[in-house]
Amino acid sequence: MRNSALGLPSPRLTARDATAEAVAGIVQRPGRAGLTMLGTVLGVGAFVAVLGLTATGAGQISRQFTVLEDTTVTVEDNGPANNVAPPGTNPAIGFPANADAIADHIHGVVAAGVWWPAALPEGTNFSASLALSGAASQTVNLLAASPGAVRAMAPAMVAGSPLSPYENDTAQHVAMIDTSTASALGISPARLPSHPAMFVNGIAYTVVGVYSSAQRVISGGSAMLIPENTALADYGNPQPGIGTQEEAQMVIATRTGAAQAVSRQIAAAELPADPHRLVVTAPPNPLKLQSEVNGDLAGLFLILALISLLIGAVGIANTTLVAVLERTGEIGVRRAVGARPRHIAAQFLAESTALGTLGGLIGTCIGVGIVVIFAAAQNWTAVLNPVYTLPAPLIGSVVGLLAGAYPALRAARTNPLAALRYL
Amino acid sequence: MTAPVIELRGLARTYPGAPPVHALRPADLVIEAGDYVAVTGPSGSGKSTLLHLLGLLDAPTAGSYLLDGLDTSALSDRDRSALRGRRIGIVFQAFHLLPYRTALENVLLAELYNQTPRSARLEAAAGALGEVGLGHRLDALPTTLSGGESQRVAIARALVNRPSLVLCDEPTGNLDSRNAVALMELLDQLNADGLTIVVITHDAGVAAHAGRTVAISDGSLSERIQAAHA
Repeated sequence: MRNSALGLPSPRLTARDATAEAVAGIVQRPGRAGLTMLGTVLGVGAFVAVLGLTATGAGQISRQFTVLEDTTVTVEDNGPANNVAPPGTNPAIGFPANADAIADHIHGVVAAGVWWPAALPEGTNFSASLALSGAASQTVNLLAASPGAVRAMAPAMVAGSPLSPYENDTAQHVAMIDTSTASALGISPARLPSHPAMFVNGIAYTVVGVYSSAQRVISGGSAMLIPENTALADYGNPQPGIGTQEEAQMVIATRTGAAQAVSRQIAAAELPADPHRLVVTAPPNPLKLQSEVNGDLAGLFLILALISLLIGAVGIANTTLVAVLERTGEIGVRRAVGARPRHIAAQFLAESTALGTLGGLIGTCIGVGIVVIFAAAQNWTAVLNPVYTLPAPLIGSVVGLLAGAYPALRAARTNPLAALRYL
Repeated sequence: MTAPVIELRGLARTYPGAPPVHALRPADLVIEAGDYVAVTGPSGSGKSTLLHLLGLLDAPTAGSYLLDGLDTSALSDRDRSALRGRRIGIVFQAFHLLPYRTALENVLLAELYNQTPRSARLEAAAGALGEVGLGHRLDALPTTLSGGESQRVAIARALVNRPSLVLCDEPTGNLDSRNAVALMELLDQLNADGLTIVVITHDAGVAAHAGRTVAISDGSLSERIQAAHA
């Protein structure tokens, strides 16, 4: 205990007493305190919510990023730089004849092959027999597919077998169809051993396989797959150019994690002379995706949170300054009962800091609540980094401390005589 | 023999300006322990200046002020604050109670800055309120107190540190006559118990309660000798 020259204990204000005075100052005016810290509540709440929501969203993106999407690479044929084909016909497809084998040589490729939708004339009809022509004129996508493409599509066979390299090499009139097309045409999978035929504009294709579903390309809708060479002979070259939906494409199934590496090599491997003719689409890099979400959206919202914190600081500073002017009488009384100017400053500083801390606490709670409710509504897992969340209320404390500095100085400089004269 | 509570030697306060205002001309005054002194004078005569000097709220421009034998003119701000918090109790005309604090909390305020142990504060504050007859209204807010009760709380706040001196600035100025009489009886009682009281007033009725009357006019002090008070 420090004593003055008089042997009297020096005036002092303990931290505990200062805190008690600050809390009393806040609880006695709850409405005003609430409005004063609104800006801090919003700022800290926005800060916590933004960080929580981006973390939650990024976590969700990487979770949704299934193995299947991560193991598929697509290569499209954009066509030659100058169209060299005679009028009325299409140029030769960009992929070399041994495209499947070249792709297979790239490390990480499981299966790869070329496919395209065959260019069918208007009014094409599909049927199960010549006699019943037109009985099932439903829309079926006729796809040309190399054996490697069929393997990359990974169809789940119900009966028969997928298209084989032999059937392709010899341009056989064979087809594999999905179960819905089969039932629509009245072809029972059990009847496959008797070699049922399917007619496309009168041309017969022997159905060698029926599949129920597939992992890539033909996973939805009705499709009829015929060998690549058969399609070239029957329907000619596909139309080149991205976006026509008719161009030749290569579908590549890769091992997990190899898609990025494969996508960087495939164009040069297939067309070393003109790699830019091929347009490669790889799955987005999940890490990059995550950082992009963090970078763009979070940056914007963090700036908003910062602005709102600034407004919060101005709000606290403003109210504290008004309180100092309004409470000059109180300042005078405190000086009269032995308070030194620094005690007055400490009291107002403690009050604004307590306000900021309270605002920070409430804001953090609201922010966490928003993240949890949002995640629950989306059936997502809420991700909150304790490194950012737990110290968040302290942001409010700092805001309160800074905002209270000037008003506290004004309070300390208040002349006790003037303060006591007017009330 | 102990030193007098107050000893003024040529104490003066001049406010700078053109021309300078001599709010208090050099004054000599001795107030012994247990004295009950009234300072009277018309408004603008320098009463408030004297109160602020005696209460260590303002510093003199000349002369010295000895409180309990200590020369206060040479003290640092810290020591002046310490003296003010320990040895002096001030009662204001406008009460100056904190509106959102109870009577008890208002009295506790006087113990906040002078290192009174926390454990002793509550008892002392409740005791002081009991002394002024408000032992039953500890938790009342100033907004629910009458003027007389408010001024009693202010007196309890001035008493709680057992000061050497209680300064009262127009203590009945905001009270009706009935409450004023009751308040003066309370001050008489406290003085009879040994408390040194200085009352600043322009009310002759209030001054009549005091044993000594000091008149102040145009900043000059003069003591009126009168029959000794019981």
